Order: sequence, then structure tokens, then C-alpha cells
Amino acid sequence: MTVVRDPALAADARRERRFFLSLSLPALFIVGLAAILPILWIIRQSFLTTGGEYTVGNYQKVLSSGLTWSALVTTLELSLGTLAACILLGTPLALALASVRPRVANVLMAFVMLPLWTSILVRTYGWLVLLRRDGLINAALTGSGLTAEPLSLVYNFTGTLIGMVHYMLPLFLLPVYAAMRDIDPNLIRAAASMGATLRQVIRTVIMPLSAGGIFSGSIIVLIYAIGFFITPAVLGGGKVNPLSTRIERTLSTFQDWGSASVLGILLLVLMALIGVMLLAARRLVAQNTVEASHA
Amino acid sequence: MKSLAITIESVHKAYGSYVALDDVSLDIQAGEFLTLLGPSGSGKTTLLMALAGFVRPDSGKLLLGDRDITRLPPNKRDIGIVFQNYALFPHMNVLANVAYPLVLRKVPRAEARQRALDTLARVKLDGLAERNVAALSGGQRQRVALARAIVFEPRVMLMDEPLSALDKNLRETMQYEIRRLHDHLRITTIYVTHDQREALIMSDRIAVMNSGRIQQIDTPQRIYDRPSTRFVAEFMGEANIVAPGSARRIDGAEASRETLMIRAESFHLDAKLVGGDGVALEGILRAKAFRGENWLLTLALDGGQEVLVCIPAALAGGCAELAAGQRMTAYAPAAKVHAIPGAMA
Amino acid sequence: MLETYPQNRLARILLWSFAAVVMAFLMLPTLVVVPLSFSASNLLEFPPHAYSLRWYENFFGSATWMGALRTSLILGTLTALIAVPFALLACISMNRLGGKAAAAIQSVLLTPSITPGILLAIGLFFVLAAQHLIGTLFGVLVGHVVLAIPVACIVLLPALARFDWNQVQAARSLGANWARAIGGIIVPQLRISLLSATLMAFLTSLDESVISIFIASGRNSTMPKLMFLSLRDQIDPTIAAISTLWTVIVVAVVLIVTLRQKP
Repeated sequence: MTVVRDPALAADARRERRFFLSLSLPALFIVGLAAILPILWIIRQSFLTTGGEYTVGNYQKVLSSGLTWSALVTTLELSLGTLAACILLGTPLALALASVRPRVANVLMAFVMLPLWTSILVRTYGWLVLLRRDGLINAALTGSGLTAEPLSLVYNFTGTLIGMVHYMLPLFLLPVYAAMRDIDPNLIRAAASMGATLRQVIRTVIMPLSAGGIFSGSIIVLIYAIGFFITPAVLGGGKVNPLSTRIERTLSTFQDWGSASVLGILLLVLMALIGVMLLAARRLVAQNTVEASHA
Repeated sequence: MKSLAITIESVHKAYGSYVALDDVSLDIQAGEFLTLLGPSGSGKTTLLMALAGFVRPDSGKLLLGDRDITRLPPNKRDIGIVFQNYALFPHMNVLANVAYPLVLRKVPRAEARQRALDTLARVKLDGLAERNVAALSGGQRQRVALARAIVFEPRVMLMDEPLSALDKNLRETMQYEIRRLHDHLRITTIYVTHDQREALIMSDRIAVMNSGRIQQIDTPQRIYDRPSTRFVAEFMGEANIVAPGSARRIDGAEASRETLMIRAESFHLDAKLVGGDGVALEGILRAKAFRGENWLLTLALDGGQEVLVCIPAALAGGCAELAAGQRMTAYAPAAKVHAIPGAMA
Repeated sequence: MLETYPQNRLARILLWSFAAVVMAFLMLPTLVVVPLSFSASNLLEFPPHAYSLRWYENFFGSATWMGALRTSLILGTLTALIAVPFALLACISMNRLGGKAAAAIQSVLLTPSITPGILLAIGLFFVLAAQHLIGTLFGVLVGHVVLAIPVACIVLLPALARFDWNQVQAARSLGANWARAIGGIIVPQLRISLLSATLMAFLTSLDESVISIFIASGRNSTMPKLMFLSLRDQIDPTIAAISTLWTVIVVAVVLIVTLRQKP
């Protein structure tokens, strides 16, 4: 086009754009101040001694400590264990909920979402009551004669895992349920008309079409699980120490800001690594969906 | 001499590589009812929105009277707009919607209320002032939108396909009423539509637009009878574009050397009804259809081109006896034959 | 979805038994707390042998708990009052800008919701410590506002996408400046979404524990912080009474939100 833009009008257009941008400024400013600056500050703090001088000593100290590596392993065990439990418990529940009339399903979903609206501390307390040696579950187990001795279910890895699964399961369920709800019932009728058994329909139609929802649910679970703090701190009873509780202890008990920051950065690195793996996995899931629908 | 209400000077607007307005210039007289007519994507709504201030031109000038409004924000332009979906405020009742522009102009409450009520009476909505907008019919909403656009006595009113959501009968009533309101208030009005009948009925002048350009600006009669381009001819109704050499003068054998536009309803089957300076088209009858008030004949000329011939039932004595495949001639009076300037068939 | 296979009754019974167990697992910890809070005994016995309101009296009689309740409610209210207007302006900005600019703003605003709470908490702790603001209401407040902004945006962005922008253009053409168009047209019409966003922001603050644990202290301690401390130290049924009240408050707020969204 040979038409020259009127510079005054072009300036007006830029001014209008700046005006709309400026509407975001208050929100961006406070997020910058209270979320982004703090994360940058952790990086800075990790290179400082208690006296405020630059050092790499914090890294040497933290990375050479066996506690760090066991915290890393615990973090991974808890996260992956929670993810596995969510997939195993959540997927069949989502399938059941997606197979009833929407009206009934909505009522059931409200109950499923109840924990989501209960404070994490309330739930943690509930689990303490249920899982104690003289708690409801042990009473039921010994009372029915299933076990002779009460099991130790809390203040250990098992208790922490139960608490975390309980927190994550509704979050996992939402996208999976949504994906299954979206499946056109005619696809299942079509598969049945071509001779597919229920098992084959689940394997070749329902699961591939829910893969996206399961994937989103898994991302949510991992994001939350990696840095989870309250549940390990209370239900772990000091014996289960992922990175999050180690950070808290290093900061509060030992007042070692530098080491706490290094542990924080480890957590960030872990998140980044998992982010990269998830991106790779998404491509894989997309491929599998295609292959499974060809199977 | 009439004063100019709106002047549009070589306005250009592109979205990426798509040119929405291509060097558009237009003068509108004070008190005039001008229609922008064109198919969707022709740029008519973009031009209207540029006048309203919602689309910023890349270059060009917009004048309201002698005031340059090109860079003025929409709230400073004093232009009443009726939107296609009316854009009534659902959280306000009818009165509050109509009084809104007055409240913004700090008109005292009692006066604002009175003026809003008067305007509602003018659009025949007396008694509905306290009604919720959601409780109104389509036609009533249209009237509220109209009242809201004129209540603050703007110098110019813009209407963007305001009747497209209404059914046919209501649309015809509203066409008449909008035009009557305009004749009464004499607000300069620019009206956008893609319906050529609506444009013909309502306008003082019509600007036909296509691909971001104004094809022709003229009175409805001249637009219809004397289209300056093939696009205008075809957009305005059942037009036959006859290639050079296919038509001959009735009183001579000389074939025309121009591209001719003859509307289907201009034809007669009887040469006596047409003067000697009229034209004759000869060919084979392909098909005929009875449409109630008229007959529609499809005539294949010798060059292979098909021509639609529309004969009013009252004058179509012999049409029922015509049989497909027979040779026949259709005649059109010279006054109804229009040579399209510069057009090559 | 599975009604196409009426003959597979066993599979269906198995599936639903499994679903019932998982649903019981989800609801049990919340529900078990309620009868416990009415127990007369200070043992955590279930079901209680006798009932009383002593744990509720305990809670309402405690200056510490009442102070924390007050702090939490003030904090929640301030969080909502700050986060929702900020989020609304940001959403209008994203809605109008579109494209890459909107995506960039959105990814910045959503950062706090995918960052582990413990990282935000210690980072904020360092920043506030440098300004000597540890233990102040302000410190916790900014932390809660950044967590509430993404929550409010998730409610408001789709609401704005559904909003008929012609309304704003109509108001502008009738003489309204931007402030009046936003305040007089957008806000009243999004009032239901804004109410939801406000309650969600309030809940986000009310429920937030990690930042509170690190930043809040003394008379600015929040309910979640006190609950966390007492869960770690000693557990008596006072916590059950508080938990029950807390759940009732939250469920009531959620019910208000969902019921108001219906029309």
C-alpha cells in the first residue's frame, strides 16, 4: 500500500494502547512486588553469608549434606506416590460420575468437592483423628479382627501420603471428569455397534479421549505436590522431610537464610525439570491418542 | 446553498494486509438521510465506526460541520448511534437508558426526566418508561435505542443495520417511522444496511460500497436506473448485463457497441409498447415461471448469454401459451436501457 | 455413558463400589470433625460418650483465638477489596489488548498460583525482613493479594469475554468517559461475577496458611497460623469446634456464590 499513515493518528493509536496497558499496572506492580521480587531475592540470598558477603559456601554446604538428598528423594516419592494414587483412585471415580445423568452427577460432584472447600488445616486435623493409634480407622481394623495390633498410620510417610492424596484428588478429578463428560455418547454406541466389548470401549475410546484431562490433572497434582508443606509438617510428625519442611526448619530453627535459599532454588530447579518433562510427555500423550484410536 | 454536515476526506483503514477503507471521500449535507449500502465486508460499518470514533483511520480527515473530529474521542463527538444489537443497558430501565446521555451532560434531574419522557412519546413508547429493558419486544427495544440516540439532540445520527433483527412486517413499519422521525427532526443521518430495498425506500441519497471503496453516490432512482458500475447494477436488483453486439435498435439493424444494463421488469413482449428508439433482444425461450404478480422468462440470446425477462401478469396476455424452445423477442424502451460507462463485458 | 452396556452389571457394581469408597475417603475427614466438636470429653474419642458445647465456649472465650479470627476476617476483607479492582482493571486491559500482550500479562499474573507457597513465603519473608515488616498485617496482606488476583482473574476474564462491548461503545458515544463507562456500565453488569470474585478472593485469604505461618506473628496471627501451631503442639477438641465453624463459614460463602450464579 502506498498510503502513508497519519503520524498524529498513529500516535493516538499508541496512546490508546498505552492506556489499556496501564490498566494492568496496579496488578502487575503488586505481583512484581510480592511474588517476582521475592523469588529473585531468594536467588540473591543464596549467595550471601549471614554477614551479608557474597559466597558460594551455602551451595557447598547444602549440596554436600545427606539431608538435602534425602529431602529430594522424599519430595519425589511423595509427589509421584500422590500422582499414582490420584490416577488410580480418580480415573475410575471420574468414569463412574461421567456415566450418570448430569443432575445426579452434579450433586455427587458437590460432595466430592466438599474437601476442596474445607481448610487444609481442618482436613489435616480430621486425618489426625482418624489415623491415630486409638483413632477411628484402627478401632475399626482391630475391632473387626483384620489386624491384631493397631497400625501406625500417622506421623509417618503413609499418613503424609494419605493427607496429600486427599488434598490433590478433587483437583485431579475436575479436568478428568470434564474430559469424560465431553465424550459424545454416540461414539460409545458406535463402537458397541461395531462389536467392541466394554473393556475394549474403555481402552480404545474412553481412555484415549480422556488422556488430555488426565494429563492436565497430573500437571496440577505435580505442581501442588512438589512444594507441599502443611501436610508433611503435621502428618509427617517430623519424620517425613521433603524440601518444603527442610526449608522451613533451616529457616526457623537454624536461622540459616542462605541454606534455606539454596534449598528453595533446588525446589525451583525441580519444578523447571518437571515442567520440561511434562512438555515432552504432552507430545507423547498426543501421539498415543492418535495411535490408540488407530488400534 | 446547503451547508455540509459531514465531510469525509480520503479516509484509509487497513487491518494488516486487508484494506477495509480505501481512500473514501464523501460529503453529506445537513439534514440529509444518506445510506451506506453494500455487501458484508464492503467497509460500510467500518466507515460508520470511524465516524463514531471506534475505528481509528490510518489517514484521512473527518469533519463535523467545520470541526475536525478525526482525533476526538467518541464521548466528545456528540453523535447519536443506534447499534445493530441496540446495546441497551440491561441494568437500567427504559427511562434510565434514555436519560443516560442527559445525566452525563449534567442536565438537572427533573429536566432530564421530562426530556426523556418527551422523547419516548415521540417514538410511541409512552407508558413504558419504568419497564425493564429485558421485558421489551424487539421493536420496542429498537425504539428505545432510537430515543436514546436522539434525546440529547445530536447534530448527526448513525444507524448500523438497526432493523436487521426484526421480522419483515415490523421492519417495514420501522422503515417508515424512522424516515418520518427524520423528516420531523431533520437530524443528519447516516444509515448502514445491506438491504437494497430498504436503502431505496428510506434514503435521500445512497452510497454503494464494495471492497472498501464507494462505487457510486446518487439518489435512489439514479442508483437504480443509471448504475455507474456493473457491481452497482447487479447489487441493486435483477439486472441483465447485455454484452456489446447482442442488442439491436428496434428501428434499425444496428447492434449496440456498449455494455447495456436492462432490468428484468423493463421488458415488453409487444414492440408497439416500446418506441422505435428502444432495443430488441432475440433468442430462445429456455424456461418460464409464473410468480403470481408476474411471469419470469429466461431467454437465451444467440451469443449464448441468458437474460431474465419479467412481465407483469396484467400485461402478459400470451405468456401462458409460450413453450420452451420457441424463438421470441423481448423489447425494452430506450429510457430503461442504460449503458454502463467504461464497462467491458 | 456406560448405559450402552446394560449386560455388564458386575463391572458396573464394581465400579460404583469403588467410587463409593473413594467418595467416602474424600468426605470422611471433614465430617468426622463435627461430632467430635460437640464431645464432652477432652479425649479424642469417637463417637463421643456425652455431648457438650464446652469446646465452642473455649474457643469464643479465648482472647488469642478471637484475635486471630478478627485478623483473618480483616485480612480477607482487605484482600478482596484490593485484589478484585486490580484484577478487574487487568482483565479489561487483557480483553482490549488481546494477542501477545494479553498473554504476557496473564502469565505474569498467574505466576503466584503455580509457585509453591513455601517459595513465595520465604521470598516474601526475606523481602519484608529487609524492610523490617515481618509480623505486620501489611506483609501478609500483599502476600494474600497476589494469591487472590489470579483467582479473581479466572472468574472475571470469561465474564468480560461474554460481555457485549457494544454497551461500552454506546455509553462512550452518549458522552461517557472511560471512568464512567467502566464504573457505570461494566461494573453493574458484571456484578454477579464481581461478587463471586470478591468471595473467592476473601476465601483465598481466609484459607491461606503457608504465607501466614512465615509472615504473621503476635497479634497479627491468622486463624490458619494458630490452627497449624496447635496441631503441631497439642490437639484437643477446641480445634474440632474451630474446624466445624470454619467449614460452616466457608461452605456458606461457597453456597452464596453458587446460588447467586444461577440466574
